[in-house]
Amino acid sequence: MKGQEDRFEPRLAQRRRNGKIFQAVCLSSIAFSVAMLVILLADVVRDGAAWLSFDFVSSFPSRIPARAGIKPAILGSLWVMLLVAALSFPFGVGAAIYLEEYAPRGRLRRLIQTNIANLAGVPSIVYGILGLAIFVRFFGFGRSILAGAATLSLLVLPVVIIAAQEAIRAVPSSLREAAYGVGATRWQVVRHHVLPVAMPGILTGMILSLSRAIGETAPVILVGALAFVAFTPSGPMDLFTVLPIQIFNWTARPQAEFHGLAAAAIIVLLIVLLLMNATAILLRNYYQSRRGD
Amino acid sequence: MNQSVAELDTALGTHDLSVWYGDTQAVKHITLDIPRNRVVAFIGPSGCGKSTLLRCFNRMNDLIPTARVEGEVNFRGQNLYADDVDPVEVRRRIGMVFQKPNPFPKSIYENVAFGLRINGFKGDLKEQVERSLRAAAIWDEVKDRLQDSALGLSGGQQQRLCIARALAVEPEILLMDEPASALDPIATSRIEDLIEDLKKDYTIVIVTHNMQQAARVSDFTAFLYIGELIEYGDTERLFTNPSEDRTEQYITGRFG
Repeated sequence: MKGQEDRFEPRLAQRRRNGKIFQAVCLSSIAFSVAMLVILLADVVRDGAAWLSFDFVSSFPSRIPARAGIKPAILGSLWVMLLVAALSFPFGVGAAIYLEEYAPRGRLRRLIQTNIANLAGVPSIVYGILGLAIFVRFFGFGRSILAGAATLSLLVLPVVIIAAQEAIRAVPSSLREAAYGVGATRWQVVRHHVLPVAMPGILTGMILSLSRAIGETAPVILVGALAFVAFTPSGPMDLFTVLPIQIFNWTARPQAEFHGLAAAAIIVLLIVLLLMNATAILLRNYYQSRRGD
Repeated sequence: MNQSVAELDTALGTHDLSVWYGDTQAVKHITLDIPRNRVVAFIGPSGCGKSTLLRCFNRMNDLIPTARVEGEVNFRGQNLYADDVDPVEVRRRIGMVFQKPNPFPKSIYENVAFGLRINGFKGDLKEQVERSLRAAAIWDEVKDRLQDSALGLSGGQQQRLCIARALAVEPEILLMDEPASALDPIATSRIEDLIEDLKKDYTIVIVTHNMQQAARVSDFTAFLYIGELIEYGDTERLFTNPSEDRTEQYITGRFG
């Protein structure tokens, strides 16, 4: 140790202090985020908890606050989510598989890739206009659940594709080589090895996308979701409303009671979201455990 | 017992084989014959093209978008790079073991059974799995836990499982790309013993960084340098009395 003093200046105390400062900054960021969330939740629960009841979730909307409920909105949201998942999963994962496993590397692929990334940043209202023109009018879906779901699927597709691509890219090439090495075809490699390993990552992308879709309001308004629905939707071609629109509608009214109802609907929306995420996480864990790690 | 490649039955031969990665030529006009039921080692410094050459033998280079192959690889009277040859069929006939053990993240049993299933194996699946695991000298260690994940095995066991997986689809040739470089000395010696056993039924081509290993396991050795085949012949002769200066310099450790 002797004789080294002049050749090194460890400044250990300062280095440790820097480490502590960085840790404190990180801690305060998370503390801030959590605090905001807690304040928001507390505010919503305070306003809405009193309105929550079995009647609230099982009644139709009404002019009289005490009798108003969100049954059609819940069912509408569930229908839309189901269809969004059913549409965006095959298209999104299919596109991702093609881009990662089949498409020749080149300018065209880069162009497509860049455009997908750009589409992820397009404002949702633009998708609403597109959905109105294509699904409602051109395909003649009308102001139906299917039109809303198709529009929201377009909206989340870029995110689903990008997340799935990342997950597929993260599958080690040694695994692909191993499968090719025993005489597997490309489809067999994808089906038996790439997809099962990529599935947890793909599902994470789906969770995020569905969470975004369930909270979207603007594009659904454009494709014609109604604010007042006095019946339960029974199929994809029915008229519909969704929770965010019901919430939006109630918050726009002057009476304080309706603000309480809106808060209660927000609580329900959050619960639906949590249940959806829980399902997706369970699915993801199932695939992860099957993967054996 | 110095022997010559030319006197032996050929399992696989290359003719004027060149490989490019983009603009870089990794393998330069190599012509050599791999004799049947012998072990051939490819040695040479990093980047000399020995792995690339090996990967031509089962068309593994097809998976690299920038790779381009010229020349011939002849197997059973057929050029593997002819238009009517399906690389999927080639890879079943010419198996491969990789540098890092790469078992599938599935059960031990499934690792071996996968190749059989996808290739439409008509015999008794269980029996063939057992036979392959026995041939790879790992049966006794795994017979009681065939349904456990292969990822729970040690590195050496994983590599022998990978060998069993390759053997299951009954290839004629086994390509090994530095199969022991990620393993400890004990696991390495087990793999080397296994290679000695497998020689009876298979033709083996092994790429290795380890010259002692080449000397121990192989009958013939090819020395490659910057994409060229410098010298190829009987292993004992090549290591004791190389005819090329560069071979001597490499095996005596003066470069590489």
